Amino acid sequence: MRAFTYQRARTPAEAAAAAARTPGARFIAGGTNLLDLMKLEIETPTHLVDVNGLGLDKIEPTQDGGLRVGALVRNADLAADMRVRRDYGVLSRALVAGASAQLRNKATTAGNLLQRTRCPYFYDPYQACNKRVPGSGCSAIGGYTRQHAIVGQSAACMATHPSDMAVAMQLLDVQVETVRPDGSSRVIPIADFYRLPGTTPHIENNLTAGELITAVTLPKPLGGKHFYHKVRDRASYAFALISVAAVVQPDGSGRVALGGVAHKPWRVPQAEGAMPRGAQAVTAQLLAGASTTEENAFKVPLVERTLASVMADARKA
Amino acid sequence: MDDINQTRRDILITGAIGATAAALPVAAGAQTPGATSPGAGSTPAPATGKVALRVNGQRSELDLDTRTTLLDMLREHMHLTGTKKGCDQGQCGACTVIVDGRRINSCLSLAVMHEGSEITTIEGLGTPEKMHPMQTAFVKHDGYQCGYCTPGQICSAVAVLDEIRAGTPSHVTPDITQKPLLSVDELRERMSGNICRCGAYSNIIDAINEVAGVKA
Repeated sequence: MRAFTYQRARTPAEAAAAAARTPGARFIAGGTNLLDLMKLEIETPTHLVDVNGLGLDKIEPTQDGGLRVGALVRNADLAADMRVRRDYGVLSRALVAGASAQLRNKATTAGNLLQRTRCPYFYDPYQACNKRVPGSGCSAIGGYTRQHAIVGQSAACMATHPSDMAVAMQLLDVQVETVRPDGSSRVIPIADFYRLPGTTPHIENNLTAGELITAVTLPKPLGGKHFYHKVRDRASYAFALISVAAVVQPDGSGRVALGGVAHKPWRVPQAEGAMPRGAQAVTAQLLAGASTTEENAFKVPLVERTLASVMADARKA
Repeated sequence: MDDINQTRRDILITGAIGATAAALPVAAGAQTPGATSPGAGSTPAPATGKVALRVNGQRSELDLDTRTTLLDMLREHMHLTGTKKGCDQGQCGACTVIVDGRRINSCLSLAVMHEGSEITTIEGLGTPEKMHPMQTAFVKHDGYQCGYCTPGQICSAVAVLDEIRAGTPSHVTPDITQKPLLSVDELRERMSGNICRCGAYSNIIDAINEVAGVKA
């Protein structure tokens, strides 16, 4: 691990200003992803701004009937909050489907949104990776691609986003609240938060330099039945091959978002109009234009079958 | 001359850190590529930070290289070698300790981030003369073979029972709005962050079951 200096920030604005002022600075909260990447020298911050003392660890009701989740609320606490379990079951389910209990005790809401990909070529410093070293190429393309993206990928990158939580948040249309180095704040709808890889896969979201996530706001509850079905190589503690987050209303309408298929949590609102017509119709629109390899072509039928299973569960009493 | 003095001072400081941290393999090893890679110019000299915390009820104050993980602090600086380093990347659970009542992977946490923390390691749960009930149950049920993952398994198992009592849901909880039940399925899912290469899983579950007071 490269050497770095360290400071504990006292306010969000101070943290953002410190991060903007110091070239190579990064925020650290749970650290479960950042420290892993620092040990491999994939991340090489020269300065860490510890945001754990900022008090952003509360879950509070909003005026319009939603919940405001502080950036530092631990994944375990968000999953266990009775309001989340009751009204946002898809989020609670997604959280407990991810990582291990030890990691969920430490990982934070904002940190989970900002997880880096688990593409093995990104993790291997001896392989070309445009995300790790812009312009170096992509060893995944033409390589072993069983876990890789089938929609939204580019000639520069076919990595997937690893988060389960973010898939549920995409489905729920959450808002990401931030503070910038000048002390101003803004709200970014989750639909505008992540970027597709394009020619700049190293830029994964639309946060600006030094911008700090302070909270994620859940809109008022959607009602309906909530599902998060994750398909993976082990029954527990593995990243998704694909996952389906869904909220299904009694009339068969609803929302659906996918994990494990793209560079960001994948949602196509127009496809949701087809939900009363069944999984095949929805999948055809969700994965329109999918481009697969021999190794990851299984993801297309797997999405359709998992969605069919979710819809069958939704029809049960 | 100033340059030479500066260089000597840096060497002495680095040397002193190396000497007190008899084994800081990650940090020490990292300095070689750091010094030779093209980006070395932007890498600052090793920095230290102070941290005061309690480990197994004993207060400690340390001045550590900022890169020191909680795991390396426990093992290399406090000589509490019960906590094990397996993968050092949060995948195996051998380094599991209980911090402020919650189990975490000590390999994925920086020591300097634990100002004021209360840490319990396997040495704090029990001693050979006065074992924790979970330790006794692991011995009785042969919940290990080589024993390397065992301290992490036991710290995790103690926390699992607390989490179930607190009503924390898991991936296998059938109705997420209800309190989870104490079942073998729940124990297996909740222990999935602790890998046992010897495959003592069924005996580990038997041991936890006995402490929890449920029939397997």
